[in-house]
Order: sequence, then C-alpha cells, then structure tokens
Amino acid sequence: MRVWDPRIEQMPKSDLERLQYRLLKTMVYRLYSFSPFYHRRMEEHNVHPDDIQNLEDIRKLPFMYKRDLRDNYPDKLFVSSQDDLVRYHVSSGTTGKPTVVGYTERDLENWTNSLARGLVSCGLGRGDVIQVSYGYGLFTGGLGLHYGAERIGATVLPTSVGNTERQIELMQDLKATAIACTPSYLLHMGEVAEKMGVSIRDDTRLKVGILGAEPWSEQMRQRIQDWLGIRAYDIYGTSELSGPMFCECTEQKGFHVWGDLAYVEILDPETLEPLPAGERGEMVITMLQKEALPMIRYRIGDISALDDSICACGRTHPRVQRITGRVDDMLIIRGINVFPSQIEYALMSIPEVGQHFQIIVDRKGALDDMLVQVEVKKEAFSDKITDLMGIRKKVEHKLRNILNVAVNVELVEPGSLPRFEGKAKRVTDRRKI
Amino acid sequence: MKQNKFVIKQISVFSENKPGRLAAIARALQEEEINILAFSIAEADGFGVVRALVDKPKKAHEKLGGLGFNVAFTDVIAVQMKDEPGGLYETARILGEGKINIEYAYAYSGKEGAVLILRVDNVEAAISAIQKGGGTLLESSLFQ
Repeated sequence: MRVWDPRIEQMPKSDLERLQYRLLKTMVYRLYSFSPFYHRRMEEHNVHPDDIQNLEDIRKLPFMYKRDLRDNYPDKLFVSSQDDLVRYHVSSGTTGKPTVVGYTERDLENWTNSLARGLVSCGLGRGDVIQVSYGYGLFTGGLGLHYGAERIGATVLPTSVGNTERQIELMQDLKATAIACTPSYLLHMGEVAEKMGVSIRDDTRLKVGILGAEPWSEQMRQRIQDWLGIRAYDIYGTSELSGPMFCECTEQKGFHVWGDLAYVEILDPETLEPLPAGERGEMVITMLQKEALPMIRYRIGDISALDDSICACGRTHPRVQRITGRVDDMLIIRGINVFPSQIEYALMSIPEVGQHFQIIVDRKGALDDMLVQVEVKKEAFSDKITDLMGIRKKVEHKLRNILNVAVNVELVEPGSLPRFEGKAKRVTDRRKI
Repeated sequence: MKQNKFVIKQISVFSENKPGRLAAIARALQEEEINILAFSIAEADGFGVVRALVDKPKKAHEKLGGLGFNVAFTDVIAVQMKDEPGGLYETARILGEGKINIEYAYAYSGKEGAVLILRVDNVEAAISAIQKGGGTLLESSLFQ
C-alpha cells in the first residue's frame, strides 16, 4: 500500500498531538497579534494566548462562523497582505452572500499536499488519468483537485462541469481511470451514458470516483459502486478550509483529517460540549497552518462523528464519518429534526423508485406538511393503480420509520425531477412563519 | 406460446395528474399518425394511468418511451355487447360464474354495437369462458 508522506501520515499519535499543540499555540499568538477581528473576539471572551496550555485548552477559544466571513467581506479577515496572496476563490453563495478566501503560496502547497495524500490513499498515482469534473474557476473544487492530481504524477483531464456527452466521450477516448465530481453529477453521467449506449462499467476504464461537495449516503455509495463498477470515495472540504481537503482511504471508513493541518472537534449542537468518539454532532474545525485566512474553531455547520482509532490502512490521523447533514439544512417538521440525507438513505433501499427526489415543505393550518416527490422507475411501472399505490405506501412507510414523522409521497414521471450538476438543491420550504 | 388472437395489446402510460400531460401524450400519438380506438384514464391522487387501444401499439410505445414516458403493454380482451339493457350483465355474469376477476374495464358504444374492454386476472380462462358462454370476442386484428 502506497503512502504519499509516511512520516506525517503514520506519525505516532502522541507525536501528532504534540505537533498539533505547538501549531495551535503559534496560530493563536499570531492571530492575537495580527488579526484585529480575532483579537477583539478573544478579549470579548476573556481569553489570552497564555491560557492555551495544552491541546484541550482549544475549548477556551471563541468560535468563528460563516457570517464572520460575510460580515467582513471581502477580505477584512485576511491576516496576510495582498502582496503575499497568490490566489482568491469565491464561494458560490448558496447560503447567502458570497465569501472570499485567499491563499499564500504556502497555503496552496498545504492544500495540494493534503489532496496528494488523499488521492494516493485511495489507490491513485502515476499512470492514472483523473477526470476533474468539478467546476473550474471561482469554485475551489476544480483547481484544488487539479493540482492535487498533478502532484501525485497522475494525468489530469480538466473537463470541468457540463457538456455531459462530451465528458463521456473523453472519458472513453482518453481512458480516464478516476473521476472527481459530485455524486449526483456522477449519477447523471451514468444516466446520460446509458442513453448514449455506453456502459461506464463495461465501456470505460473508470475504477475510482472521488465524490464530494454535497452530502451523500452509504447506500448511494453502494448503488454507484454496483452500477458503475467503480470504488467511490468521499472527499470533504469547503472553501474556508481551502477547498476539498480530506479524502477517504481504501478502507472507506470516513475521510482522514490530516492532524498537522486541522484539528476536529465534534460537539453537542445544543450544549457545545464535546461528544465521545462515534457520536454524531456538530463538527468544528481549526485549521492549524493556514496563513492568509486562519480559521479557528470554525462552526462549519456539518453534522458528523469522529473515529480516532488507528485506521487499518496504518494512518494515525482521525477519520470523520461521512457528513450526515448540515445544521442549517436541517428541517424541523412538527418539532422533529429531519435531514434530507435521511430521505436519500431511505429511498436508496427501495428499488421501485429512482435516486432523485425533491422535498416540499408547507404549512397546512397549524401543521407542517412534508411532501417528497420521487420518480417511479420504468421497470417498476405497472398498469394497475393498486400496484402504484402500493409503491407509494411502501415509500411513505419507509420514510416514516426512518424520520419518525409522517410524510406524503408523490410519484412523478421518470426524468421529471431536476438533476444537479453542482450542489443539489432538494428542499423547497414554503412555510411562512 | 402462440399469442392468442383475442389478446389485445393495450398501451398504459404513467402520467402526473396535472394540466397538459394528456395533451402531451395525445400530441405524440398524433405526430406518429396513430389512431386511438378506445381510451380511459384511471386516477389516484397526484398521478394517473392513461390506457388506450391504438392502431399501432408498438410505434406508440416507442414514441412515448422515447419522450421519457413510463409506458407498458397490458394484455386486455374486447367483448362485443348487445347495445340494449342487459348487455353488460351478460358478459359480467359469464366471467363471474367462471370465477374470473375483472381488474378494470371501460366501454365504448360504436357503430356496430357496444364493446367492453376488460383487464382480467386470467386472460386465457376469460377467453374460453366467454366463448363457452356464447359471448363474442373481438380479434386483436380488428384493432391493430
């Protein structure tokens, strides 16, 4: 098994923790000295850099939020001067006003190395052709994966998003062995390929998918792997962390968060107390080496769980289980927390319906009403209304079991629900409260 | 097995229950110059199934499938009825006595009398029961 940077990736845990403490201490002193924003925030919380005496003391530090980036648009949170920046990226702004991130040369180097470790950990390297079907440009996905893939000596096919038929032709002609894109775009590609008479499983060399930028489920992984004949790996990151950063290894047991670059906490979203390993909670990330735009205890809004045991692959860095929802994606339906990812999970186990869905939330009288639209698959279509009603009942029953809340299901025609080439937008909330 | 000459291929189309869907189906058939001989809509809340006997079922299946519709063939039979009181009773009685269940049915009253289109749980048994009971079945070649 190949490892990109064995000294770091297989570092004994105690050494790694010492390194993390040293990096944290340096970062806090630097911010206290050079970031007016974080200096003020530390003073508001009565914390001084001298209060940080060990790694656990990180909990004394105040949080940072997405809105801090928006409130300080475009670059007031930057600690480096513009002279030292070598790149900007701008987030898509799906949750509000766009946010700007900046990179020094060293920031790009750390980002690229993080991806080099990840790509090698899922079996890629020299000789591979990696098709990068994330958007290139202001979005971090395309350029991030691009440089990571070049770093490990793979050949990059920079197709970016869109023009799916051409992407499939190039995948065949240039013998792509891996693709990096969103899981929903890969499903879309699979469908388009079939319409073109191309089987990704049999007619291409594709063996690996590096899939991220939106939450997806274990069931969806199984479906992609079985259908397309590839191994599908989860990759995680956001522009505030640099971009796509952390990737699963061949064990597929969650993405490794490189401890020399980031420190992860999983907190109870209500009490903000740390949760034991394995329990789901709100992920809070501290970037330990970022220069231009440091992020300390960043409440990224994603829900997940941590596994701190040594991975079977030999890497000592903690793994974070796939993201199972976002704090702000969470819908509250009649007082019950519902994550769209749970619906995806439920639908994956029902062969009669497709993998695309839309959620429409409305208020009928005093009650919340949730409608889930799903496509009936061609193979499952029956002329008999009772059979179709049976499918609908089955989906409703499954959703009620998983969500603990009653849901209405509407069967729609195949191909009629929107497909997403970037981030999927699956919820329409029409409630006026 | 040899296809029974009385078994008719009906086209069934899944459709969302919203304005314009039937028009989309009908226009597609018109474009292919396919004639609709008999037709019905079954509805449940939110969706429906459009069922039709057409003169070119294979072509209709291809066209609608190509447009992304969920289409299926369903085997039905057509029984000639007397266009007078008791006409329906006679056919229904024969099938009832033969313990054959009618899953759904629709009828039209044309120039040469009334016709009942039937979807039953056992097509072969229904055909022989109707023949033995003195009923008249229409051959699929009359439609297609």
